[in-house]
Amino acid sequence: MSKSASDSLHAVDSAGHAERQSWIGVLARTDLALLETGLAGIAPQAFEWLRKPETGLVMVRARAGGTGTRFNFGEMTVTRCALRLADGAAGVAYVQGRSHRKAQLAALADALLQTDSSAAAVRSAVLLPAERALADAAGRMQRRAQATRVEFFTVAREAG
Amino acid sequence: MNAGFDLSRVSAGFADPSIASQAVFRDILEALSHPGQLVGVIASAKAPVGVHAASCALLLAMLDQDTLLWVSPSLAARDAPGYFRFHTGCTMAADPAAADFALAASPAELPPLDAFAAGSEAYPDRSATLVVQVPSLEAGQGWTLSGPGIRSTRRLAAGGLGAEFVAQWAQNHKAFPCGIDLFLACGTLLVGLPRTTRVEA
Repeated sequence: MSKSASDSLHAVDSAGHAERQSWIGVLARTDLALLETGLAGIAPQAFEWLRKPETGLVMVRARAGGTGTRFNFGEMTVTRCALRLADGAAGVAYVQGRSHRKAQLAALADALLQTDSSAAAVRSAVLLPAERALADAAGRMQRRAQATRVEFFTVAREAG
Repeated sequence: MNAGFDLSRVSAGFADPSIASQAVFRDILEALSHPGQLVGVIASAKAPVGVHAASCALLLAMLDQDTLLWVSPSLAARDAPGYFRFHTGCTMAADPAAADFALAASPAELPPLDAFAAGSEAYPDRSATLVVQVPSLEAGQGWTLSGPGIRSTRRLAAGGLGAEFVAQWAQNHKAFPCGIDLFLACGTLLVGLPRTTRVEA
């Protein structure tokens, strides 16, 4: 019964839904330092808390392979919050770890990205650098893994 | 009922959820221990349209992800379901009989009391708790209340609840240990009417 509630809790209208999902994901994974410096250049906005930052545990579920049954992979510390700007745009954040500040800045960036007057500035100051940083980190990881790659060959055994 | 909602229409809940819900819980306990007595609820939440401060505070303190809430039609059509789902994680019930908690915007929207779960002889605790918002609450006049928590009798006048309600309440009282518990809310005032209280017009 709690499932149906969580399914639709943060649903927005379908236009722009996927885009917002993607930036919320990027903001959640980016560094606190990047959020701090990126948002420092944006004019500060008054906001009210809908839900103050709170830290809790989330059960991460996984599947082994594409067809395996789901199992509980492990618990993860998550901090979430929701706020609303004076002009009505609401921002939410669910970030890994216990940093209330990071959750607040991510939610603030989410709200600002939905506000026409600030969206472009936040996109160039926060979202694009964050996307680049994540892509760089993924690239570095991939290169490190590639360096230790071992090619296996199956050699047919000679007869006799 | 479970359709997505607009978060920008949700107003703020308790400023400090753990402290505020404990304070409100104490007020609720006070109201139920002294049936018919007017209890002022200190509420920091910004209630959605149509919900009084006292009933909003009570529900924020009592609801959680394991409870089903039913709200009367005029509230269900507006921001109240989204508000309580966001702040408490509760689930909305379409059927009053399934609800653990119910909120009626006005006496006119209150279904018959037997539409709600009254619990069973084995589990009388599995009954619904109702919050009915009334236009006025006055002590010292109107109904005569008696029962546990009242030394002799206590008088209470609740606007909009007539003889029909008193008759339904008599049935509810007779069903003890089963039966619903009820709160009357008006602004920041709360009155408890547990199933043990006798109401005479």
